[in-house]
Amino acid sequence: MSNDEQLLAYVLRLGDNALITGQRMIERVAGEPELEEELANANFALDYIGQARMFYSYAGELEGDGRTEDDFAYLRDAQEFRNFLLVEQPNGHFGESIVRQVLFESFYLLQLQALMSGGDQRLAEIAARAEKEIRYHLRHACKWLVRLGDGTEESHERVQQSLAQLWHYTGEFFEAESYDGPDLQQLGQEWNKQIAATMDEATLLLPEKQFMATGGRAGQHSEHFGFLIAEMQHMQRAFPGATW
Amino acid sequence: MVVADITREQVFEWLREVPDPEIPVLSITDLGIVRDVVIGDDVRVALSPTYSGCPATEMIEQSVIAALQKHGVDDITIERSLSPPWTTDWISDEGREKLLAYGIAPPEKGGGKRALLDGVRVIACPQCASTDTELISEFGSTACKASYRCVACLEPFEYFKCI
Repeated sequence: MSNDEQLLAYVLRLGDNALITGQRMIERVAGEPELEEELANANFALDYIGQARMFYSYAGELEGDGRTEDDFAYLRDAQEFRNFLLVEQPNGHFGESIVRQVLFESFYLLQLQALMSGGDQRLAEIAARAEKEIRYHLRHACKWLVRLGDGTEESHERVQQSLAQLWHYTGEFFEAESYDGPDLQQLGQEWNKQIAATMDEATLLLPEKQFMATGGRAGQHSEHFGFLIAEMQHMQRAFPGATW
Repeated sequence: MVVADITREQVFEWLREVPDPEIPVLSITDLGIVRDVVIGDDVRVALSPTYSGCPATEMIEQSVIAALQKHGVDDITIERSLSPPWTTDWISDEGREKLLAYGIAPPEKGGGKRALLDGVRVIACPQCASTDTELISEFGSTACKASYRCVACLEPFEYFKCI
């Protein structure tokens, strides 16, 4: 891969992570336990989709073939998406979604902060915009995790279980990228430190070192992904070129 | 109208008439999202999105085009200016007064550094100015607002979050 292709792949991956996270949050709209959460979740989902659009627009310019953000979102097949396996995992119960968001957003925030001072001007600009939002999202998710982890016996047990189930999807965050971006080793140290502190506050135990799933970067997704994009892409697949 | 006859100040003046679709009491210039106007072969207007997911972005762009067309300008280019990212500090003093009069508590200054800050905030009630207020919900009718209640006059109100 040339340098340009590496950057393009990296930008697309950022877009895919944001879009798929947003799509999962949208699935929860109208299913939240209270109105405040309903508003929070819908607002957060919109932020993610807005971020995906910025990444995809940039990817379209880098590629130079005239592909738009819609082409990237709606007209690619599963194996062309390169998001982390974690973000495509089903929402599960409320606490499970919160655990997934804490794990992912803790990483994404560090990644954005590194990109803000990175070598690519446009990525730095998008990251500066997105960073403010993700800081807010993460704070929200962490508050919930503490409430649930340090809550009742049942809420504690259930988020502890979710943490055990999702933990093996976090290894992908730190797999080497072909693009010369943020220092992943440094990010990994910082992430581990922050996650340890968050889990400690939530009275949750960190899972033991274990097998880490991989495949997102190669477009090898978990079984859930096909269902996710089937729903997300339905309109464009059923009515190609539909606009409104 | 020939583009050469238009001045930058004139365009800014026209844009003062374009309301924010979500808080129509504010114009887009009050909101501070008009970053620049450049008159060349065409009229270029640089706009900053507030939040990445702000659903009003496209509508604002269309309103800008419509407002300029009304004044006879046809060659218009809208640019999205991402950097530096918009902050509530860019809301003008006039805009803050309009928000207050409309019943929305304006954001504190200093948002850029302390985006959506943690900790204690003192939000004054836009109705009775009491600072004895409490947070009802971090989230409100739009992404940019939170819901508060005044303990003194019991009136619920919205607070424009500091970002």
